[in-house]
Amino acid sequence: MKQLTVISGKGGTGKTTLTAAIATLSHSHVLADCDVDAADLHLILEPTVEKCEDFQGGKTAFIDADACVQCDECVKMCRFDAIHNYTVDSISCEGCGVCAQVCPQGAVSMQKHVSGQWFVSHTRAGYMVHARLGIAEENSGKLVTLVRQQAKLIAEKEHKELVIIDGPPGIGCPVIAAITGVDLLLAVTEPTLSGMHDLQRVLGVAQHFNVPVMVCINKYDINPLNASKIEEFCREHDLEVAGKLPFEKNVTKAMVNKKSIIEYNCGEVTEEATRLWETVSKRLSNNEDITGGFERKGA
Amino acid sequence: MIISVASGKGGTGKTTIATSLALSLGEVQFLDCDVEEPNAHIFLKPAIYEKRVIGIPVPKVDESRCTFCRKCAEVCEYNSIVVIKKKVLVFPDLCHGCGGCSYVCPEGAITEVEKPIGVIERGSAGKIDFIHGILNIGEPMAPPLIRQVKKQIDGNKTVIIDASPGTSCPVVETVKGSDFCVLVTEPTPFGLNDLTLAVAMLRKLAIPCGVVINCADIGDDEVVKYCEREGIPILMTIPWDRKIAATYSTGIPLVEALPHYTSNFLGLYERIRKETT
Repeated sequence: MKQLTVISGKGGTGKTTLTAAIATLSHSHVLADCDVDAADLHLILEPTVEKCEDFQGGKTAFIDADACVQCDECVKMCRFDAIHNYTVDSISCEGCGVCAQVCPQGAVSMQKHVSGQWFVSHTRAGYMVHARLGIAEENSGKLVTLVRQQAKLIAEKEHKELVIIDGPPGIGCPVIAAITGVDLLLAVTEPTLSGMHDLQRVLGVAQHFNVPVMVCINKYDINPLNASKIEEFCREHDLEVAGKLPFEKNVTKAMVNKKSIIEYNCGEVTEEATRLWETVSKRLSNNEDITGGFERKGA
Repeated sequence: MIISVASGKGGTGKTTIATSLALSLGEVQFLDCDVEEPNAHIFLKPAIYEKRVIGIPVPKVDESRCTFCRKCAEVCEYNSIVVIKKKVLVFPDLCHGCGGCSYVCPEGAITEVEKPIGVIERGSAGKIDFIHGILNIGEPMAPPLIRQVKKQIDGNKTVIIDASPGTSCPVVETVKGSDFCVLVTEPTPFGLNDLTLAVAMLRKLAIPCGVVINCADIGDDEVVKYCEREGIPILMTIPWDRKIAATYSTGIPLVEALPHYTSNFLGLYERIRKETT
């Protein structure tokens, strides 16, 4: 069983659109939506939830007002500025428990709380594990790890060949949680200076964690010159460009109609995405090749 | 007044809106708090005159004083300090810098050392006082760096803050304390879904918000209906335009490529002022 994560660095380059396309092209997989604080894959794949469980992330401090003598010890020691007027601001609290340690009255308790839900669902494109992080909650990295683990368990049980992971934007903790130990990353970029800047940073993270990468250039015709610069960059760094997709207004129509760009005719985009998947799946099935490339040569 | 620009969904035009608003107003302070993928400098092209390394305190164990009592490991909520027989292992990437371990150590064997997590750069772009944070590659935690960027806020100025996409910790840290938050979205199912999450986050933080709809003529009218239903003001709409997309791709701010938009952005600012009084 292999694991593929779709990432981008910059948001809005087309990660979820491409993940949904791959989901409707691949025949043996489990899906994992790891963009847990702004999950969108379910909007295309319309899952039927089979199992829903609470996610308990970290803890939050609670001050018992009756026991508190307002000595200010907790206020002084809290590094997250989370205690005001002897009450804990649950949004700022990082659950470290230092306040509970320092309180001479034992007035502070650390309480576990539900900070999200995760789901196992069935979709027309197979099993999907997804999640919803509670509003203004922390621990998205932990939830990403949980979603990945559950998807992997199902893939093993159902003898599926691949776990397809829709990753979050950025380069921080949820991204790291979504890419560590996977077999291949598909980095979706666009030919804009922002897209190129962010691609380089996310490739740095891939290199840092030793994960091989393929690149997809989306909306390449918005700026063909920048697109060729990305191709040149990839050549220099021994990164394979898995495909180039043109800008196409029907891609939005596909989304509005809850269809992947494979299920909804987007002309050249549909053809190119199909070809891209052939290239990616070939690379995935080639074990030897997967250990080569980016992580050996580096950027 | 502190105005943050956020979105839920990525790639909807946060940086386009934030930079063009700043350029239209002229004398403002601009904070790029998308420390994972900062892009505003590409458009504002500031002359950087100051660079500072930012770190968080992580434990350093003096094993000659350590009795391997495990109190540090027991108190650590993040599993960033572990005691295995006669060895203490520290995992700085998991550490939140809370100071719990050094506090509980009965031997005084734990001191704290700064672990760099990124840099803050300050510069000027015309009259704009520009500050951004850049998270080190491989560093998981953005919020401590965002906190440091926000410490630079000048309360006498209009402050415009560019946020990262999403609705979790980095975004909460960024928008906290704002007088108003502009949510940039696009009229698509993804845009709407992530907008509703961002609105819920702002309501929890009690920050007033309004919406800018970018690429307003693609997709459907569900975002407009949602805003009407929820009583969220639509502050501005921008149509999809290949010229806007093309100039964006080369790092040219919207108001420079299409100067007639300046009045729209000044209007946006006036709307925000009205919404906050």
